[in-house]
Amino acid sequence: MATLKLTQVEKTYGGTIDVLKDINLDIKTGELIVFVGPSGCGKSTLLRMIAGLEKISGGELQIDGQVVNDIPPAQRGIAMVFQSYALYPHMTVRDNMTFALKLAKKSKSEIDAAVSKAARILQLEPYLDRLPKALSGGQRQRVAIGRSIVRDPKVYLFDEPLSNLDAALRVATRIEIAQLKESMPDSTMIYVTHDQVEAMTLATRIVVLANKGIAQVGTPLELYERPQNEFVAQFIGSPAMNLLAGEIVATGPETTVRLVGGGTATAAVATQASDMGLKVNVGVRPEDLLSVEPGAPYIFEGKVNITEALGEVTLLYFDRIRDNDAVIGKLPGIHQGLRGTTVRMTARPEKVQIFHNGQSLHYR
Amino acid sequence: MDGMAGGKSSLSWAVNISVVVLVLLWLFPTVGLLVSSFRTADQIAGSGWWTAMLPQERNETLRTDRPGDLETIPQVDGVYVVEGNLFVADGRTEGGAAISAWGTGSLAIDEFVPGDTAPLDDGQAITVQENGDYVWTSPTPQEGRGQRVFTTAATPPEFTVENYDNMLFDPSNREGMTKAFFNTLTVTIPATIIPILIAAFAAYALAWMDFPGRALLIAAVVGLLVVPLQLALIPLLRLHNEIGIGKGYLGVWLAHTGFGLPLAIYLLRNYMVGLPRDIIENARVDGATDFQIFVKIILPLSYPALASFAIFQFLWTWNDLLVSLVFLIDSSGDTTVMTKQIVELLGSRGGNWEILATAAFVSIAVPLLVFFSLQRFLVRGLLAGSVK
Amino acid sequence: MNPALLGVFTIFVGVGGCLAYFYFSNVLLDKVIFPAKGIHAGRNINRAEKVRPWLFLAPAILALGTYLAYPVVATIWLSLTDRSQGDAFVGLANYRQMGLDPKFWEALRNNMLWLIVVPAASTAFGLLAAQLTDRIRWGNIAKSIIFMPMAISFVGAAVIFKLVYDARPAGTGQIGILNAVWLQFDGGIGSLIVLRILPILLLVLMAAGLALLAWILIRPVVKPDHRRPGLIETLVRLLASVVSVLVVLACLRGILAAVGGTYPYGVPQQWLTIPVWNSFFLMIVLIWIQTGFAMVILSAALRGIPEETIEAAIIDGANPLQIFFSIKMPQIAPTIVVVWTTITIVVLKVFDIVYAMTNGQWQTQVLANYMYDKLFRSNDWGVGSAAAMVIMLLVTPILIWNVYNARKEMR
Repeated sequence: MATLKLTQVEKTYGGTIDVLKDINLDIKTGELIVFVGPSGCGKSTLLRMIAGLEKISGGELQIDGQVVNDIPPAQRGIAMVFQSYALYPHMTVRDNMTFALKLAKKSKSEIDAAVSKAARILQLEPYLDRLPKALSGGQRQRVAIGRSIVRDPKVYLFDEPLSNLDAALRVATRIEIAQLKESMPDSTMIYVTHDQVEAMTLATRIVVLANKGIAQVGTPLELYERPQNEFVAQFIGSPAMNLLAGEIVATGPETTVRLVGGGTATAAVATQASDMGLKVNVGVRPEDLLSVEPGAPYIFEGKVNITEALGEVTLLYFDRIRDNDAVIGKLPGIHQGLRGTTVRMTARPEKVQIFHNGQSLHYR
Repeated sequence: MDGMAGGKSSLSWAVNISVVVLVLLWLFPTVGLLVSSFRTADQIAGSGWWTAMLPQERNETLRTDRPGDLETIPQVDGVYVVEGNLFVADGRTEGGAAISAWGTGSLAIDEFVPGDTAPLDDGQAITVQENGDYVWTSPTPQEGRGQRVFTTAATPPEFTVENYDNMLFDPSNREGMTKAFFNTLTVTIPATIIPILIAAFAAYALAWMDFPGRALLIAAVVGLLVVPLQLALIPLLRLHNEIGIGKGYLGVWLAHTGFGLPLAIYLLRNYMVGLPRDIIENARVDGATDFQIFVKIILPLSYPALASFAIFQFLWTWNDLLVSLVFLIDSSGDTTVMTKQIVELLGSRGGNWEILATAAFVSIAVPLLVFFSLQRFLVRGLLAGSVK
Repeated sequence: MNPALLGVFTIFVGVGGCLAYFYFSNVLLDKVIFPAKGIHAGRNINRAEKVRPWLFLAPAILALGTYLAYPVVATIWLSLTDRSQGDAFVGLANYRQMGLDPKFWEALRNNMLWLIVVPAASTAFGLLAAQLTDRIRWGNIAKSIIFMPMAISFVGAAVIFKLVYDARPAGTGQIGILNAVWLQFDGGIGSLIVLRILPILLLVLMAAGLALLAWILIRPVVKPDHRRPGLIETLVRLLASVVSVLVVLACLRGILAAVGGTYPYGVPQQWLTIPVWNSFFLMIVLIWIQTGFAMVILSAALRGIPEETIEAAIIDGANPLQIFFSIKMPQIAPTIVVVWTTITIVVLKVFDIVYAMTNGQWQTQVLANYMYDKLFRSNDWGVGSAAAMVIMLLVTPILIWNVYNARKEMR
């Protein structure tokens, strides 16, 4: 039900130390935006600035067209779910959920209706009169979400809400959040995480933050298939994308790169004749590498140093060649006896990226 | 490490014994006073309190019944006989003590054994039995005071609450502790509650509000924590006199509030800083003002810290002597507190241990009660205040 | 009015007043001065946020200022003026007068003795008690009992120990336990062991330990192997080692006395009237009280040591003593410093014990009681304030150290 617009937003501490700068972002009604990035990239700070818990040092934040830079958190129409849940330990589940409504002097019937609706959605009805300490981690998490639902906010803010749960519960709760989002198609949500899987599965669009700014904004698949720069390419996907140095030797709708290691890569990226001889990095995801028969053209040739059999896939770690990073391959199924052998690998042209000075040529 | 292989049990014995010794050393002085407060003046002066549990060999001077009080003195076989029991005549019950030796002169108090008959002047004689029964015979009617008998008797342990009765419930006792007890209470309760409230607000501001000078203020509180209150005596007494408070309860309450604040602020701030930031921010997102956050979130969650400071302040004000001496007790003595009363008694009744011990125990009892019932808060407060 | 009623009334007025002040000042700020409405809502909220901390702090700042900060300044001033000359400024005359008073030097000397003995003994006993009670099943009960004197007033403790030290004329039954024990000694073999050999052994051990400590303290200054300590550290080390050496000398003198001295066997002693010894008998009272405090805090620190480090040491083959001195002690060293300084402050303020037990007679005077004497008995505010300033001066290093640490922690 709400749009957000960030214009040239920046955050500095003590007037000198930049944390974030030049953040421009348009968030549409009903979107679930995920902020990801390495730790310390400022993703939580950005969320807290939207919440009003941190002052905005420069730029403008609009919610529904209204500048809210100086509006305190409670009046911004937002609700926030904290990493630690931040339940009030001395209040029952019900009191936790009604605290904000009572402060806003809502009528009793309104409060009751909101609580019972939220409790039904989140299956919290049996626990309403318990104290938080009598609840399991997952239940506490649901109370924290319920507490924001009852306020019926314009924007939901989630600050790494799943990171305190164990692996199994995390998956379950992730699915619950996805279902919750589906049941409230009009609500706008912003979700901070460092977990790629959460980002890929939940997001309408992902915002990758790095180096005090936004590295790329896009749908999960855009980020995966067409990363805008080397940072995003290596940040999204696990193991990270392989980068191999080389030089453009053929241009056109498809580009051919001769690699330092001796192989040749063809990418479905258009280039102009003037790009001939450009020093570039070729990016290939481990899962896109295919083994090839001897004699066929290959992108990469190397001796397998270590293999890791994970069952569904086998990871191949190759020896480092010259100044390239170690290359990793990921083959479906089980492959025994590859260790110590020399393997040639290639990839389909549409899976191959080309970066020049860290930026993808695709987005030129 | 209990389950470790190769542990020595002899070491564990040594540890147990050392702790027993340590505990006894620490307990002994207090127990001495406690036991003494339940003994009579004679008992205290006569033997060490550690013998109170055992029957005691005691030398006493007893007298037979006064012949002058008897209407007629019975005559048996031509001699006048006064019969009775020495202990009953002394106002005690018969049968407790057992006489092992006795005499009739102060120079030979163990001249006779029970059952012997001792000759007295003028043809009189007296026989004393082990249980104190005596037969006093005389050719002429006995008159005047009773006959003195010096006894050496083993008396069973005996305790009395008479000392407490005198101290607390005798309205005519000028050395009584009742008034001082209530005066102390009057000093203590407001002096405990008011600083908590003031300190809690200040601690919240210092912990969770952002303003210029905060770090400086915290440093100031830490500094004031160790300022000796001796410094404050004269300037404040003068100030109190100038603004018309003079010596009295208001002055002592204010003084205790002022002196207690640094520790209160320090303890509470340390505790409040440790509360999860998320909870406070969530309350802010929920629309709570600072006042509401403080009252509805911080205060309930800081309950343990509030309790520990309350105990500290209570013990400190209850046990205080100096502040009351300077700010409260005037020449009339109507506002004396227990500590002062005890010091007075130490001066005037230095040897009367039944009075001193009882007075001291009346004043110690309440803090000890508080201590044993609320010990865990006290420990928690101590740790919050000193361990980083 | 009846003081009890007045008390209840004060609680209501005080508590109600405080709450009303905090509530209404906040309402005033939010609704009247900077209302969060209209076109300036955002700006007004920000301004209110700037003012609010001071609303919360005002009563505390007022009370702290009046009752602690102002007196420090006022006492400095008082110590420089003379009341009998109409509060005229007399410079350092009061200090000079105090310096000529032998009682002052006696108090200062005794205070130094207290400052060395009480914190050291309390911390040592506390550490011992903590270490021992943590290893036994009924440790918590034992802790409770050793901790109990904390709840007893200094005056109460004074009465308790006056009974312990009580003396009756020779020949009658002793009711003070110390004299009762003392009279058991008759100069025989038992007395020789307990009163001569045992103290000598203890003193030798203590002297050796302290000499070692002094050497450890001074070594980095004399023979710096890796880095030369800074100026302040050098000074602190020098001071601490000088103190240790002085105590070692005192121990040696004690050994001489124990070897050659004569004891008045069989004569009940008025313990509190024997100069020098009586100070120690007063100190015992404070040690008895403070040991519990040290024990509680050190016990928590000991339990806070990661179990793995101790287990690693056991596997490395360390014996219990080595574990204690090489693994545990270094990890709780900061806590020991905290305990030590806290008790030091208590010692500097100690007044009630001396006031109630000897009132400074028989050479047991200490600064706090000396000051009280001058202020309220001699009515000499100038010298009294000067004495108070001496106490303040002694506290100052700890004050600075605490503030320095607090500031470091906040960064």
